[in-house]
Amino acid sequence: MRSFSSRYLLAVPALAGSLALVASRPTAPTVAPDPNNAGLKLPAGFGALVVAETGGKARHLAVTPQGVIYVKLNKVKDGKGILELRPQANGKATVAGGFGNYGGTGMYEKNGYLYASSDHAVYRYKLDAKGGVTNPTSPELLVRGLKVGSQHESKSIVLDNADNLYVNIGAYANACQEQDRTRGSKGIPNCPILDSAGGIWQFKASQANQTYKTGTRYATGLRNVVGLDWNQQDNELFVMQHGRDQLSDNWPTLFNEKQSAQLPAECMYAVKQGDNAGWPYLYYDPQQKKKMLGPEYGGDGKKEATGNYIDPAAAYPAHMAPDGLLFYTGNMFPAKYRNGAFIAFHGSWNRAPEPQAGYYVVFQPFVNGKPSGQWEVFADNFSGSAAKTASGRADHRPCGLAQGPDGSLYVSDDSKGTIYRIVYNAKK
Amino acid sequence: MTIKYLVLALGLAGGALSLQAQHRPAPKKTATKAKADPAMAASLTRGAVVYKNVCITCHQADGGGVPNMNPPLIKTTYVLGDKARLAHIVLAGLAEPIEINGDDYKQHMPAQNYLTDQQVADVLTYVRNSFGNKASAVQVAEVKAVRDKLPK
Repeated sequence: MRSFSSRYLLAVPALAGSLALVASRPTAPTVAPDPNNAGLKLPAGFGALVVAETGGKARHLAVTPQGVIYVKLNKVKDGKGILELRPQANGKATVAGGFGNYGGTGMYEKNGYLYASSDHAVYRYKLDAKGGVTNPTSPELLVRGLKVGSQHESKSIVLDNADNLYVNIGAYANACQEQDRTRGSKGIPNCPILDSAGGIWQFKASQANQTYKTGTRYATGLRNVVGLDWNQQDNELFVMQHGRDQLSDNWPTLFNEKQSAQLPAECMYAVKQGDNAGWPYLYYDPQQKKKMLGPEYGGDGKKEATGNYIDPAAAYPAHMAPDGLLFYTGNMFPAKYRNGAFIAFHGSWNRAPEPQAGYYVVFQPFVNGKPSGQWEVFADNFSGSAAKTASGRADHRPCGLAQGPDGSLYVSDDSKGTIYRIVYNAKK
Repeated sequence: MTIKYLVLALGLAGGALSLQAQHRPAPKKTATKAKADPAMAASLTRGAVVYKNVCITCHQADGGGVPNMNPPLIKTTYVLGDKARLAHIVLAGLAEPIEINGDDYKQHMPAQNYLTDQQVADVLTYVRNSFGNKASAVQVAEVKAVRDKLPK
């Protein structure tokens, strides 16, 4: 997106006449927020509109430079696992069709290609000059045979600038116990899950038929990552981990319900090749700001973990389920948002019987490619009310994030399938 | 009553099942009896404690479960149907994804076999008579019979 807008800026002096008119015209005024801001609560100057109601489990989404929106559905609907939404003049969009007979989560656009993932494979589609998919029924199969269990199935995807594809493979367990999620069950030494899951794998973005054998385990010890993005400022991968569940359920003599609701933090990690974030052996305690030894491996809530594990770049309240991460590189929003991170928190379930939390989009300021300063709630009330947040019976659950060519922020909801667009209309 | 449930269970086992409960609520006299039945009332009270300590995280305070992960316990045939199957899920866990009302629930249910027969009977009686459910109590002997058949 950055290259998109800077290209126009460069073009202005060259073609001063007509293009100056285009460039001097603000990019957003035709996009009017809904009168109720789509039900969202936003900072002053921002507005929101419902772009479309897809009625599907809308996971991640991507917006092409032409404004075409592609939405990955978790479950195939009417034979379609990917929906194509065509933009309208009023800033909304209509579902123009769909393709891809598989459910999944990953949806990413870069350099004229659309990337999509099922729960065990990654595909690539070619885009034409209008942002349309040229080969809807015959995508390239880039990666196949990825491990999938009955939890943390999502394979979320992102690309760097060197033709590499990063794929999250979630651990199919809570804490690598001998008996998953079972009270008192110990952790398996040298957790075997980590051989093929619980980390980020690197593949080539333009090579067909890759498998574990041809890929690289880029980073390990990450329980489950759904939101991830490539930071263009320091050329580094950032991921959001879903922290472990059920400290109190499984270790009631060590943790009470309140502690279990507040531990561990949902962590953001800056990930370099070879990094190990420590799952399942540790969890991150945001109050103590320490990596703690997990109870499955002899921890008691007081013992720190030892070993060569990376620290989180930032920490957020427990169990809120970060499902989307996006570094904002647009020009529409005020300067403080530029190069900062938006995080979509899908909302918790593992806080019961304590009140649930999340169901909102957070903004995390960044300076020079590092989190800097306190995060803040950016877009709230996806759930519909405070009571619906507390009970976990949310109307909508934010999942995917994408940036439009004009700098709008798009948010998908995988509960009812609503696609939101957040715009900034106040004077900068 | 038993036969009705058995038939229902067999029908379910058959396949093409909508897990939308086709269940008919238990006869009213059972519910009335339950209120007047001090043993059932005591079981419900104990069952509520077990539910809060063991089940609530996944199945939630309202019994509604968690979308895509943990199934709801509200008027499903799993809860209202065959009691032996229900007790088996608690004692042995459930390791296969299930579909209820067109939604998939994939997270494995861990075995809760550390619970006593009494605790399992109490919590299942509680679940079968909470969240809008109304069904007969689960007896300790019924749980024991299921536990005795589990592989040792």
